Amino acid sequence: MGVFPFIVVAWILTVGLYGIVTSRHLVHQIVCLIVVQSSTYVLLLGVGYRRGAAAPYFSDVSVHTPAVDPVVQALALTDVVVEAAVTALLLAFAVQAHKRFGTLDPQELVQFKG
Amino acid sequence: MNPAVRRWVFLAGAAGLAAFYLWGLTGLPGFGNYPGPYGDIINRIAVAQTNATGVVSAVNFEYRAFDTLGEEFILFAAAVGVSVVLRRLRGERERPARDESMDRNLAPTSDAVRMVSLVLVGPTLVMGWYLASHAQTSPSGGFQGGVVLATAFILVFLAGEFLIFERISPLAAIDAAEAAGAGGFAAIGVSAVAMGLPYLTNFLPLGSRPGAVSSSGTIALISFSSASKSPPPSS
Repeated sequence: MGVFPFIVVAWILTVGLYGIVTSRHLVHQIVCLIVVQSSTYVLLLGVGYRRGAAAPYFSDVSVHTPAVDPVVQALALTDVVVEAAVTALLLAFAVQAHKRFGTLDPQELVQFKG
Repeated sequence: MNPAVRRWVFLAGAAGLAAFYLWGLTGLPGFGNYPGPYGDIINRIAVAQTNATGVVSAVNFEYRAFDTLGEEFILFAAAVGVSVVLRRLRGERERPARDESMDRNLAPTSDAVRMVSLVLVGPTLVMGWYLASHAQTSPSGGFQGGVVLATAFILVFLAGEFLIFERISPLAAIDAAEAAGAGGFAAIGVSAVAMGLPYLTNFLPLGSRPGAVSSSGTIALISFSSASKSPPPSS
């Protein structure tokens, strides 16, 4: 049980990367990028976890209760927001690519030199 | 490079990545054995220093507020970038929407969907407001509240009331709300500088007791401004 969450991280990362490499549709590629970024959330939250500890919110428990690491949770929050912003921009690029080249297949788009 | 070769190159790269990753895993203290020290330090001093019982939001809006400011501007830049990439170019003309297949009978939105969506708009608004205003006390925060608030608008769209959706989310108001959110965050930081303190210092009164909604000074204000910033990119 000591490293199982981190194996899950590696699996999610590899599956997402495989999807990006072998994708035939830009939107599918963008969703695979989202999957890759999700693996970093699991990694961040897994690093900060303490067995048997409470969430770092002390409104109903005493301040001296052992709690998990709040800093990595704040980092994961930022990570989610950055992912949303990147996805929005990438989807806009996909729309423009379809408008200019008529295709959304990344393996055909490689031939166009802009 | 044809797809088969690409696949083999990827597998070779993935094998190398897996080797390095497993080597790194052996140096970790294991899942569940968090060694500290920063998490423990923050947990110990956050409530006393800021009167905020929501330590994650205190980290986001107080201890690392500068990072959150940068994140706000990432959101802002993404919204600006999308509107620039999708602008109307010189050679393009916007064609008025034509009904391409007028003989297709569209099923009207089912009554169940309409009723449930419209009934849920009110509770969603209340929930979003609650989340945005309670960042400093319980698991919630500006970004989460903003996303739930945006969902309320989308529920109106789902119910098929497209004209009402257009009227309640006019582009000018959304742009103003987004700019107010981003500018408000920066302004809160600058007003600390105007008082001779370092940028983004928490200078407002900290409130009577930890866990009160009106506690923790600028954390609540910053949470509100990020809540007004999140719906516009969603809609």
